[in-house]
Amino acid sequence: MARDARCPFDPPPPLHDLQQQAPLTRVRIWDGTEHWLVTRYEEQRELLADPRLSSDVHRAGYPRTAAASGTTRVGFILMDDPEHARLRRLVTAPFMIRRIRAMRPAVQRIVDELIDALLAGPKPVDLVEAFALPVPSLVICDLLGVPYADHDFFQANSKNLIRVSIPAQQRGEAVRNLHDYLAALLLKKAGQPGDDVLTRLARDVENGELTADDAAGIGVLLLVAGHETTANMIALGTLALLENPHQLDLLRNSDDPAMVSAAVEELLRYLNITHNGRRRVALEDIRIGETLIRAGEGVICPTDIGNRDPRAFDHPDDLDLGRDARHHTAFGFGVHQCLGQPLARMELQVVYSTLYRRIPTLRLATGVEDLPFKHDGAVYGVYELPVTW
Amino acid sequence: MKVLLDQDKCVASGQCVVAAEAVFDQRDEDGVALLLTDEPPDDQAGDVKQAAAVCPARAIRYTTD
Ligand code: SF4
Repeated sequence: MARDARCPFDPPPPLHDLQQQAPLTRVRIWDGTEHWLVTRYEEQRELLADPRLSSDVHRAGYPRTAAASGTTRVGFILMDDPEHARLRRLVTAPFMIRRIRAMRPAVQRIVDELIDALLAGPKPVDLVEAFALPVPSLVICDLLGVPYADHDFFQANSKNLIRVSIPAQQRGEAVRNLHDYLAALLLKKAGQPGDDVLTRLARDVENGELTADDAAGIGVLLLVAGHETTANMIALGTLALLENPHQLDLLRNSDDPAMVSAAVEELLRYLNITHNGRRRVALEDIRIGETLIRAGEGVICPTDIGNRDPRAFDHPDDLDLGRDARHHTAFGFGVHQCLGQPLARMELQVVYSTLYRRIPTLRLATGVEDLPFKHDGAVYGVYELPVTW
Repeated sequence: MKVLLDQDKCVASGQCVVAAEAVFDQRDEDGVALLLTDEPPDDQAGDVKQAAAVCPARAIRYTTD
């Protein structure tokens, strides 16, 4: 569904109309199949947390995105418990709140160094290329134990992986490239262990807890999820703040960590960059309100519109950094909720509390209407953000 | 207030720790939530409610009397 070009931060207007009509409606998707579209917040949360809905893309009735055509497994997102839980638990430890806090000074250093380089370099500059992508790339490479020298290779491939508008074959190729790369790296880790996630996965393979194939798949998932999403939040969030200067001032003039953390939650809610909708298929009949979802029927929950539901947030279409938005579902909800969210939050807190203070005159070097938005991706954002100061 | 935590359901998102640090922690090996106390003082009630509301796995319940 298309967004309105005049409101690049808002979900497509038809979703808004559907939300007003009813919590669930029937929709036809690209391949001609019909599914339930859930547009209200409460119903989305209830369904996403319901174990009677399956995330298994191979089941009949699953509402496939054009992208869900790969034969290679990408981690555990398109699987159900107990297998999903078993694989997920193998990699949860590095994302614990305590460990993420310990990483904060290192992330602050990365951010400061990139800003030093920005300030020393030419302007205008593309903020995506020079800052938004390198921050999460450097962090996730470090956490996984991927040599940063290879980042051009995996950035190019992961960009293709989430692009819906390119041929499925090309996307499949991107997944396989990343998969092969990580499989080779995992083999190396077995001989040269480090203090990183891939080393841990290599050990799980050795112990027989994980197949080499699954380990590489988990690596692809973490690598891709770890940099595309956060990069888009940095660039698109900056644009949203530049377009809302009073809100930007709040962030620039406060050194209260609670304020910064609230601002991050509000930007996550407002921008909700994963805009394809969370997809499920019913394993049993499920009654929700007045609607009966029958076994085998597909369910799509676009959390971008759910997070703009006036039943859950007052004046949901306003960006209001002072509100309490912690209950948003931008990371999903239920057992598949984003595993890396503590890391993403911390990175965004460091970025948003540093960038606009250190470059207080930061501004767009082009008109908003000239910016290339990612309408064709599974993750929304801008391809380029030319800025100056 | 009495807090109940179902560790089998927990997906280790850590949201409860952020919401109510005095009540929840995470296990070192896998990040699964731990209860530091199952009867937190009244001034923690708001934080615990927040934790239960944001827990994606609906693993946290509480009772008040
Ligand atoms: S919020 Fe819920 S799922 Fe997340 S760590 Fe706490 S109990 Fe586990």
